[in-house]
Amino acid sequence: MTAQTLTIGKALNLGLRKAMEDDAKVVLMGEDIGKLGGVFRITDGLQKDFGEARVVDTPLAEAGILGTAVGLAMRGYRPVCEIQFDGFVFPAYNQIVTQVAKMHARSRGTLPMPIVIRIPFGGGIGAVEHHSESPEAYFAHTAGLKVVAVSNPVDAYWGIQQAIAAPDPIVFLEPKRRYWEKAEVDVDATPDPLFASRVVRGGDDVTVLAYGPMVKTALQAAEAAAEEGRSVEVVDLRTVSPLDLDPVYESVRRTGRCVVVHEAPVTLGLGAEIAARVTETCFHSLEAPVLRVGGYDTPYPPSKLEEEYLPDLDRVLDAVDRAMEF
Amino acid sequence: MTALPETREMVDPVPGAGAPHLPQRTQLVQLLTPEGDRVEHPEYSLEISDEELRGLYRDLALVRRWDVEATALQRQGELGIWASLLGQEAAQIGAGRAMAETDMAFPTYREHGVAWARGVDPLHVISLFRGVDNGGWDPVARGFNLYTVVIGAQTLHATGYAMGVQRDGAEQAVLAFLGDGATSQGEVNEAMIWAASFSAPVVFFCQNNQYAISVPLERQSRVPLYQRAAGFGFPGVRVDGNDVLAVLAVTRQALQAAREGQGPTFIEAFTYRMGAHTTSDDPTRYRLASELEEWKLRDPIARLKAHLSRSSIADAAFFDSVEAEADELAARIRSGTLEMPDPTPTSMFDSVYAEQTPQLAQQRADFVAYRASFEEDGE
Repeated sequence: MTAQTLTIGKALNLGLRKAMEDDAKVVLMGEDIGKLGGVFRITDGLQKDFGEARVVDTPLAEAGILGTAVGLAMRGYRPVCEIQFDGFVFPAYNQIVTQVAKMHARSRGTLPMPIVIRIPFGGGIGAVEHHSESPEAYFAHTAGLKVVAVSNPVDAYWGIQQAIAAPDPIVFLEPKRRYWEKAEVDVDATPDPLFASRVVRGGDDVTVLAYGPMVKTALQAAEAAAEEGRSVEVVDLRTVSPLDLDPVYESVRRTGRCVVVHEAPVTLGLGAEIAARVTETCFHSLEAPVLRVGGYDTPYPPSKLEEEYLPDLDRVLDAVDRAMEF
Repeated sequence: MTALPETREMVDPVPGAGAPHLPQRTQLVQLLTPEGDRVEHPEYSLEISDEELRGLYRDLALVRRWDVEATALQRQGELGIWASLLGQEAAQIGAGRAMAETDMAFPTYREHGVAWARGVDPLHVISLFRGVDNGGWDPVARGFNLYTVVIGAQTLHATGYAMGVQRDGAEQAVLAFLGDGATSQGEVNEAMIWAASFSAPVVFFCQNNQYAISVPLERQSRVPLYQRAAGFGFPGVRVDGNDVLAVLAVTRQALQAAREGQGPTFIEAFTYRMGAHTTSDDPTRYRLASELEEWKLRDPIARLKAHLSRSSIADAAFFDSVEAEADELAARIRSGTLEMPDPTPTSMFDSVYAEQTPQLAQQRADFVAYRASFEEDGE
């Protein structure tokens, strides 16, 4: 076993490096990803080793990044686009939704779009406006896209490679406030499939679902609940579209209670979709309605207020209590 | 020759706002006058055989006949909509015939003439407007991408494709089509910036047909469109878009420059949309009949016909044979349209992803079961 302790950021960097070594058609594109190595240093050193044709410092134009990625993909390349911050994806939204997502269907399968759109997402870093958003529902709502959200270094290392090797366009969400979280990564292991959820803590009383940065929060809440004698099962969804809910259904049938946690606003967020599906599938097992913990239906607030806005351990526990007391 | 309308040369984008009238030099590249006389241009020469000239005439005539037939089919309820290319045949055939076999085109939704030149079956284009599919041809094999409906989005695809050509070290060029309205889109401007920054082998071919649906060019640009290129740092040229020979010569030269690594060119093909924007449009609401009459005098097909006749390059028998061929094409388009099968209902699920998702597979199964429930009830 060749295990090493890696941060999520470093795991992504090594995963990108491996993907570029494995396939000469992989091209990285983004703002400041070359010499600088990206504002979060995720592409650190890659331009030096793979050259400017494969690690492209692009003009400052997000639609340009995604639009040219479409053309490169038509030409047989596998573009990996970095959007510098979540809130800057919207200038590229047209290309992602009307072109990247639809080209395969439009061409009846003759034009696959193996494009990965890397987006550091979520709040908690004390940033200014547009640097803390959770846009996953926009993309999960769009047919033709797949959306994954990693929560830990192991999934970051393998997930980025799996996403790049996959034939469909994938929005790859990176939990920016967790970039520096560490774990052991065995680079010789056999990875779990990309589009599969995972039970990360067993429990009997309530099932808590999370993805990306909220997995850690959910695990902390489960730990605190245990001290109060409550047994919380935590599922890391890992993939937001398609959802892998069979392990969730199995869990909810045992616990009878389900809480979904995400940073994005609750209204029409992933929690709404999951609540509907869990209710349809596990109706007779439920002891309480599926509850959602998420951001409020406000613009992401100035950073002095973000701790009030973001779900934290206490808000998850509050929902667990409400589910138990229903 | 018939002068081009001065109103389009003198630009006043915001009437009454005091915008300056910019003096324009006459820089229209023309090799064939509206009367059908060959003229020379110092920068663009064209070596062309009589057979090739007859071939261009045939292209123009057949494409127009296709277009007329498609409009009739729409009027009879057989097509949902049709975007006519009437008046723009020379711009499209000239550009399409300038391409090498291995070049790649990225059309809008009106490039039926380019489709023709690239060997796309007209029925594949018709199937899109009939609502059967989104165009059934193989884009890479034909060197002609599927139609793009979102205005200007394809110019970035063309630029990215050209960046791929560069990485492959291939001697190919990419031709990005756009209209005058598209020049206002941010994505088109991004495409030109990228093309310039990476010196990508892409040529932007703008058919300035004077209107974006109802909005005249003045609302899109304060300067003639070809002059925009200077701001991006590459050559811009305005060609008579109703002169198939000039379009052929100018586009050929730009594509060759791109293949040789000299980077992008912007071509403004100055033309006129003689029909409506689409069959849903009513141009009498926004333009004068006299304007159309003026442009009819510059008809792209009539001028080539005049040249071929006057120069004894083609005789009456040739024109008769082209007309007969056009009638056959129209008949084939008509029967092919009427016989075109509807898509199978489940096909909408089948190409969303390269790797089908369990959720969509389940929806497909539910849909099949739902439809089957009616069949059982009916029996």
